[in-house]
Amino acid sequence: MAIEKKADVAKKQKIPMTDTSLLLLITVVVFFAMYIGAILFQGKGFLKPQTFFNILNANAALIITSCGMSIVMITGGIDISVGGVAALVSMCCAVYLDYHGGNVFGAVVIALAIGLAFGLVQGFLVAYLEIQPFIVSLAGMFFARGMTTIVNTNPFNVANEAFVALKETRIVVPGMGSVNKLGNYVDAYVEIGVVVALLIVLVLFCLLRWTKLGRNFYAVGGNAQSALMLGINVRRTKFLSHVICSFLAGIGGFVYFMHVGSGSASHASGMEMNAIASSIIGGTMLTGGVGNIIGTFFGVLSLSTIQNIVSSAGLDQAWWTGITIAAMLCLFLLIQSVVIARKKRA
Amino acid sequence: MQKNNVLTRLMRNQIFIPVAALILLAIFNLIMDPSFFKITLGYNSVGNPVLSGYLITILDYGSELAILAIGMTLVTAASGGQDISVGATIAISGSVVLRVLCGTNSRPETLQAPIIVAFLISCVAAMLFGAFNGVLVAYFKIQPMVATLILFTAGRSIAAWINNNELPIISDPVFGYFGGFIPGIPIPTPFFIAVACMIVIALVLRFTNLGLYTQAVGINENSSKLNGLNPAFIKFLTFVILGLCVAVAALIKVSRISSINYSVIAKDIEMDAILAVALGGNALSGGKFNMAASILGAYVIQFLTTTLYKFNVQSDALPAYKAVVVIILVVMSTPVVRSWLSEAGKKIKGRTSQKAKEVA
Repeated sequence: MAIEKKADVAKKQKIPMTDTSLLLLITVVVFFAMYIGAILFQGKGFLKPQTFFNILNANAALIITSCGMSIVMITGGIDISVGGVAALVSMCCAVYLDYHGGNVFGAVVIALAIGLAFGLVQGFLVAYLEIQPFIVSLAGMFFARGMTTIVNTNPFNVANEAFVALKETRIVVPGMGSVNKLGNYVDAYVEIGVVVALLIVLVLFCLLRWTKLGRNFYAVGGNAQSALMLGINVRRTKFLSHVICSFLAGIGGFVYFMHVGSGSASHASGMEMNAIASSIIGGTMLTGGVGNIIGTFFGVLSLSTIQNIVSSAGLDQAWWTGITIAAMLCLFLLIQSVVIARKKRA
Repeated sequence: MQKNNVLTRLMRNQIFIPVAALILLAIFNLIMDPSFFKITLGYNSVGNPVLSGYLITILDYGSELAILAIGMTLVTAASGGQDISVGATIAISGSVVLRVLCGTNSRPETLQAPIIVAFLISCVAAMLFGAFNGVLVAYFKIQPMVATLILFTAGRSIAAWINNNELPIISDPVFGYFGGFIPGIPIPTPFFIAVACMIVIALVLRFTNLGLYTQAVGINENSSKLNGLNPAFIKFLTFVILGLCVAVAALIKVSRISSINYSVIAKDIEMDAILAVALGGNALSGGKFNMAASILGAYVIQFLTTTLYKFNVQSDALPAYKAVVVIILVVMSTPVVRSWLSEAGKKIKGRTSQKAKEVA
């Protein structure tokens, strides 16, 4: 009897799925479908845990910047300067470590400072001077890219010992190793960047879910006018979203730098587009107010899995990657457009 | 007093901004190095008379930008957003031109098709890609910049794919005329092409309702709908027109080097085109526009670029300086700063008039 009643209540109270959870569900399903498809059609490579960890290793920086991008997009803005900031960070850190004999700690400080500086300026321009975020960050992107060339023109590898030691540090994941072709057991590993990225995902997830600031981001993105009437400081919220995004781009830049270990003006090219694409695939709505950090995480994974599939399928010419990412982006944009239309009808 | 009125009226005119920027740049160059304005008549390697000098360079290389600015102004006015895929679509369109001209052989002795046919096919291709952007923006209601992000990401890849990633080279000198000089005429051809485009758009704006309709849609989409316009179609149309502009610009671009480099061709040109629109005093959020100001803005941007090159700024570092200019321009044009400036201006005026009264 009681059980029946409960079921009845559940039926009656059938809560319509929120956009956030619907889009998150689509993303997660797409990712798993893709990965399983890859295992089935591409052979055993994808079955090895290390393949998955390699995806994480290569995309730790993208995960971090995409998280920042999601926050800005949830607030209703956009930031396309993240790739430029990451390139600038890696170049500045490389020059500092190699030419000025700096230490790793100083390099981290430089990375964070650059990110913060970009965030403060862009946030101010967007929030307090009410300039379109796209224009501001477009200028930011070109400024960062130009500055990278001004700092140093030629790409070079960093030879600083402490840094190389940090770069080579591998954290062994217990129980996930596999036997290689020679029959030796090889431990699975992740780089430090992955740990940083996962920590950031966790922190930001909690921030967006349970803190006042996090809920403010959603409120401002959903409807700035009503957020204002609720007594939320809209400008400060927008400002903070940009500060957080650029700050994360700074961290992402350093993690990227740790992965590649060199400075170059062409580093992280297209990272902003990949970050936006991951956020959109992860269910962050461009119109603001809808999004989820976990979704973004899966968005990055989907994106990089499809890249891996494309390259392991023998279509490793550079253009296929660009075209597949664009196609995926297009698909998810259309899904979003349909979701919005559905909401309007309801 | 009368003089003051004229001055303020002049300052309110939209075209004042690019003109002022142009004059500032000209004065700067005049002070730094007057030889900037020297124009010499020489002969190029083929023996044709050509004019050379920094000013000619500006007229020459500013042409593609001016052509793009025409389309970009319309897109900005109607949709309140910008198309950031123009650089990538130029790569596609240029690739199509070369593909048609070269056929399957990447180093043909003779052209495989007349240039006009290749151009028309590239026009169709560019308009199709413009239409793709337009459909996403107008009918799926995706923000223009994000919708065009798709082609921005994929465009250069598609361009490389069209030619199988080969770099075709055209040896026929006639093809080089579009981006260089026609024998006997010392003025670069791109300038004539740009002028032709300007005349066409001036006629279109004069004799059709395109200008009125785009502004109406940009100012208020809902009320334009209530007035019987079809906002979605007009937005779509502006993107197709931009596609046409892109095709013309692409023809000039590939003709300049009689070949193509997929990753470098028209790089960062979207930034310059948006900058031209902004410099023309047009609101980047849509609505009213002034085509002449945009076109002038494009030449001012090229003036700035040429000036920076003259001072040995590396081409990769160029964006950093332009970004600063954009930010200054945009900050100056924000309502917050404007009202603050006008209030400051009023205060100064008030004080001077008070002083004048006291003196009297």
